[in-house]
Order: sequence, then C-alpha cells, then structure tokens
Amino acid sequence: MEANPRSTGRLPAAFLTPGSSSFMDFLGDHSPDLLPGKRVLPPLQGAVEAPHGTTIVATTFPGGVVLAGDRRATMGNMIAQRDIEKVFPADEYSAVGIAGTAGLAVEMVKLFQLELEHFEKVEGVQLSLEGKANRLSTMIRSNLGMAMQGLAVVPLFAGYDIDREKGRIFSYDVTGGRSEEHGYAATGSGSIFARGAMKKLYREDLTEQQATTLVIQALYDAADDDSATGGPDVARRIYPIVTVITDEGYRRLTEAETSEIARSILEGRLTQPDGPRAALL
Amino acid sequence: MSTPFYVSPQQAMADRAEYARKGIARGRSLVVLQYADGIVFVGENPSRALHKFSEIYDRIGFAAAGKYNEYENLRIGGVRYADLRGYTYDRDDVTARGLANVYAQTLGTIFSSAGEKPYEVELVVAEVGASPEGDQIYRLPHDGSIVDEHGSVAVGGNAEQISGFLDQRHRDGMSLAEALKLAVQALSSQSNGSDREIPADRLEVAVLDRTRPQQRKFKRIVGRQLARLLEADGAASTPTDAPSDEETDETGGTPGTGSPGTGTPGTSTPEAPE
Repeated sequence: MEANPRSTGRLPAAFLTPGSSSFMDFLGDHSPDLLPGKRVLPPLQGAVEAPHGTTIVATTFPGGVVLAGDRRATMGNMIAQRDIEKVFPADEYSAVGIAGTAGLAVEMVKLFQLELEHFEKVEGVQLSLEGKANRLSTMIRSNLGMAMQGLAVVPLFAGYDIDREKGRIFSYDVTGGRSEEHGYAATGSGSIFARGAMKKLYREDLTEQQATTLVIQALYDAADDDSATGGPDVARRIYPIVTVITDEGYRRLTEAETSEIARSILEGRLTQPDGPRAALL
Repeated sequence: MSTPFYVSPQQAMADRAEYARKGIARGRSLVVLQYADGIVFVGENPSRALHKFSEIYDRIGFAAAGKYNEYENLRIGGVRYADLRGYTYDRDDVTARGLANVYAQTLGTIFSSAGEKPYEVELVVAEVGASPEGDQIYRLPHDGSIVDEHGSVAVGGNAEQISGFLDQRHRDGMSLAEALKLAVQALSSQSNGSDREIPADRLEVAVLDRTRPQQRKFKRIVGRQLARLLEADGAASTPTDAPSDEETDETGGTPGTGSPGTGTPGTSTPEAPE
C-alpha cells in the first residue's frame, strides 16, 4: 500500500482499525518495509564501513539527570565527522544518546521519538519511563541481525521519572538487554575511560552545574585515551552536547554554556593534564 | 421475494444527510477561534477522559462533534496518517490541507457508499502558522465537503446560531482571554434567547500556540490556568451580562472591522485589543 494515502483517496482500512497505540506495530502491519528491523540483508562479506559514533555519558544528580556526548564520528581510523550530534530528546522528559553505527542509530532515534509521541497522542497520556525504556529495548533487539554484521547500535537512555521524582539512566547491550544504572553510566568506545573518570568524580550530592562539569570532564578523559572520541575543539568551536532533564523537562545547554565549562576544564588541564585528583583514602 | 421499493437517489442522499445531521445535532457544540497567538478550541465536555480536541501533529489540531467512536476512529487514523507521512518525508511535509483532504475523501466515500452507515460527525482541522495570516481552519461536514474557514467556526448541535453569534463579535488579534470568553459566551447562549452558565470544570479548552518554544504547539488548558484566563481583565462581566457589554463595545469602538463573515478572510492587520 501507498505510504501516502492521498493517492488512494480515503484512509486505508488499516488507519481506521482500532488497536495498538504503538506506531511501530502500525508500521509493521501497514508498511513493514519502513521498519528498520524488518529489512532483509543481502549476504555480506566482511564488515561494512560506515561512520560510527563514539562516547556517551550520563550522570544523575538530585532532581534530574545529565546526558552528554562527544561530537566525533569515525570510520575505521578516519574521522568521518567532527560535529555529529548523538544526543537527542526522546520526548519532553527523556533523552537518548547513541553509540554505534551512526546512520542506523539516527533512524532508530527518529522512530523511537515517534513511537513515544504517537502513544502520547493516541492515548492522551505519556508512557511510563520504564515503558519507554522497554520500547527502546525492543528496537535494539530487532537490530540484532545488523549488529552481528558489525552494525550495532548501543544507546544510553536517560529520563526524569515523574512518579518517583528523580532522574534515571538505562544502559543497553546489542541484544536489547536493559539494565538500570545508578549514579553514572557510559557507552561507546571511550566508555571505559569515561566510566573510570566518573567513578572517581561522582558524588551523590552533585548540583546541576557540577553534574554538567562532571560529564564534560569524563568526555575529556575519554578523548584523552580513546582515539575515536573527540575532545572539545576550541579552534572550530565544537563542544560536547550536554542535555539536562529535570521536572521542568528536557533542556539542551547552549553552546555558550558548554563552551564556558569546556574552557574552564581546559584551563585546569593546562596545569594538571590528568584532571582533578581524587583523595587516596 | 419481493422487489425492493424504488427510492430516488436524491431522496436516498437526503435521508442519509438527515440521519447524519440529527446524530451530530445530538452532541454538544464546540467552537474554534483564531486569536493573536494562535488558535483556541473551546467546547463543553463533562468528561475528563474523552476528549473532543486533540493533537494530530506539530502544528495541527483536531476537533470533532458527533458520535464519539466514529470521530475517535478518524482521529487515530489522522494521527497515523500524519506520523507516517512525517516519518517517510519530513515533519514539515505534514499539512492540515493534506489531512483535511484525506478526511474529506474518507467521509465522502463512507457517506455515498450504500453499504455503510454515514458517519455522524463533523470535524475541524486547524493548523497554526508562523503568523496569523498562515493559520488555516478547515471544517469537514459529514458528507465529505471541505469548508475553508477564517476567524471562527462552530460545529455540533447549535452550530448555526453560535457561528452567527461569533461572526458578529469575533475580531482579528484578540487576546487568548478575550477569545476564550467570547467562545464561552457563544456556547452558553441558547436559541430561546436565555443564557445558561457553563462552569469552568465542564469546559474543555486547548490551544495551538505559535509562541510555544517546543516543536509541538498543541496544549490543553486546564485547572488554574483556565480559571485565571476566564477571570482575566473582565472580573465584572459574567457570561450572563456580557453579551450586552459586547454589543456596546462594538457599536462604540470598532465599526467596520467587526464583520468577518465566513466568506471574508480576516487579512486586515490585527488591531490591538482595547
């Protein structure tokens, strides 16, 4: 059937059939070819070269959660893009950051945003944060075939839980396995280094300002040791994307705000290249 | 077997139209008005759960009078149409005109197909533009026609009388509070001339607000915000005595501009509310 029902005049029956509030279910019934997971892959020899997004970090603070990502996409040992955006709002109270195959990830996020919006419009209420996290899980699982050919997408999902009144972070693996992270989390190639940095810097009583500084510190450390992660690019004015979600909803820090934090971190690193030191005992 | 009686096509269509109109008239009416910053939807709805107004897409809203299950069906169809279109092309490619067209085709086919019962619904599809000139309001009666409306539109039981009332009093560039109050007056005026008061908790109000920073411009107005708007800048005028106030306003203050009949698009520059 046509994606554009205007060519057939009236709305096709599938549009008027009462049923699921899920856009993915509707797409699966009506035009399955548009679903990323339903595509038949040609037999492949070896890995596919495509841009990969790298490091995403998140941390909670009392009253919300911060999700941030660096700006680099790599293809093999080449930098494919310097200013890619890998952190997106999922809806008003949640955001998703993606590491892995950039093209597939962006499509997945687009569908995920629509899935949440569609549910909200049809049902009149938002999905619970757990419900949103589970939908994302389903989407990653449907990409398993691609993931096994090296085109994995591994997101980090962060949101403000209105019922529990706190920020929460969910991490995923390629099979769609979902686990809630407490305090901080990272995904992507630089995640090992970022997680190490956050482990030493994280405290439970961070303010929003401190939490945003923490994630940029962690991204700096990731870029320091992982060639695929990009650090703050002062010359080109490319800074990490930092988003904050609180009970007031999603907010992306302006370039002025992130550049200020990034510059003060750079300033500190001029005297202490390894960043702030944690106490030994 | 007996041969069926011959019914002329004119008669058959008139019967179906009569049937649909009666069904729509049983529902409460609702109004859709342009105001300075967007489009406001106002209706009387005792239910908190079953909405008459809803968001279809970023800038597009939906209002319906008539039979709930039928318009709910169309509403969900519209959401699916819009989301699919936005997903396949781009968010900017979803327009009220396209949606109204699809609704008109759907309603028209159902209305003229002998095997189906005509839908007892009347829809309004509205899109808020970047400026008041870009606003679009389409009214879709039960038979599949489209009426391009400007300024104000009423659908449902008492629609003719209410739209007459609104045509005389609606101005371009009204504030939200003014438009809301005018809408409530229009809804509470009755054919026998007397007025009844509609309490705020029985009102369903939603706006498409072009000044909203988010991509999605649709917003429901409930609770305290609604109460504040209803009280704003006219604490003295209760719905019962307001019509006379309005009349004096019109004769005294704004001659000439207050006649946006459905045919004349309100393209004159929005005047500042007094």
